[in-house]
Amino acid sequence: MSGPDVMYPEEQQAMSLVCARLTRDANAKAVLLIGRDGQPIAEAGDVDELDVTSLSSLTAGNVAATGGISKILREKDFFSQFHEGEKTHIHITLVGGRAILVVLFDERSSLGLVRLRVKKSSDEMVRLFDSVAKKAAAKSEPSILTEITDSDIDNLFND
Amino acid sequence: MSFINYSSREINCKLVYYGPGLCGKTTNLHYIYAKTSPDAKGKMISLATETERTLFFDFLPLSLGEIRGFKTRFHLYTVPGQVFYDASRKLILKGVDGVIFVADSQIERMEANIESLDNLRLNLIDQGYDLNKLPYVVQYNKRDLPNAAPMEQLREVLNPTKAPEFEACATSGAGVFDTLKAVAKSVLTELRRGQ
Repeated sequence: MSGPDVMYPEEQQAMSLVCARLTRDANAKAVLLIGRDGQPIAEAGDVDELDVTSLSSLTAGNVAATGGISKILREKDFFSQFHEGEKTHIHITLVGGRAILVVLFDERSSLGLVRLRVKKSSDEMVRLFDSVAKKAAAKSEPSILTEITDSDIDNLFND
Repeated sequence: MSFINYSSREINCKLVYYGPGLCGKTTNLHYIYAKTSPDAKGKMISLATETERTLFFDFLPLSLGEIRGFKTRFHLYTVPGQVFYDASRKLILKGVDGVIFVADSQIERMEANIESLDNLRLNLIDQGYDLNKLPYVVQYNKRDLPNAAPMEQLREVLNPTKAPEFEACATSGAGVFDTLKAVAKSVLTELRRGQ
């Protein structure tokens, strides 16, 4: 399954709130929500020093590579991964098959606590993604794409 | 797959540079990176071997400007060209919005070009795409080399569907931005058409 192809302000805000709560409850340094194709969706915590775009792309690549391994092993997707660093650790979870929840934490937290809190947040995220998918399918919001004209596109490429 | 964020007002698209080993995919990205203003680009990532051959992918996020108040962001990826990295190539094509096939113009690389193009078609099918329906351009790279094959020959073999095509020399930058602009424009046009 690919990542979401659209995000609306209401759900974006709700997802940001879930990320913020997870950061607090898991005593994490930062939390990122990333589309499975590598687009950053929401974030919380200490992200000012992070290159979120690069981190998102590399994490999506990592999940895709792990997914490739699971396929070879005839296993379903590996739902979570954990990378242990000297100071910072990363917990990566698939959310409803279409997004990736990344928790960065240090010695102030533990893998057990992160796992516990991630479960609850993932369930909420899945519901929010379902809501986005329903809205997109119903086309209840006008798409920016229908408003774009040929000259808009041409103007973008004028030197 | 493009991603439209109505909250941050962004349109994100994924472009993939495909082609045989050493054809100049990474060189295209290096040139784009070097010639783009700092505020329009993110960090370029290269997951390469010690001998600078691409191992997994190169990645360059690029902002092209705004359309109707929405920032247009293109994520440029290259695939590893070496034949045995096929599993990685398949993964990188996931969610692709547009493809640039970088052909190596050297006559000795004709077989490698054909093999890579066939591989692209098959890997796209694996991901549920059809090359004939996807925004797609062909770049004939290394046109400056003395052993470059004639354009007519390259066209006939590598571009039977007459996709937009560009002659290039990625080391000097000739044709690099023309190629990028053509595929980016085609992606945006296709996105609008798909609505």
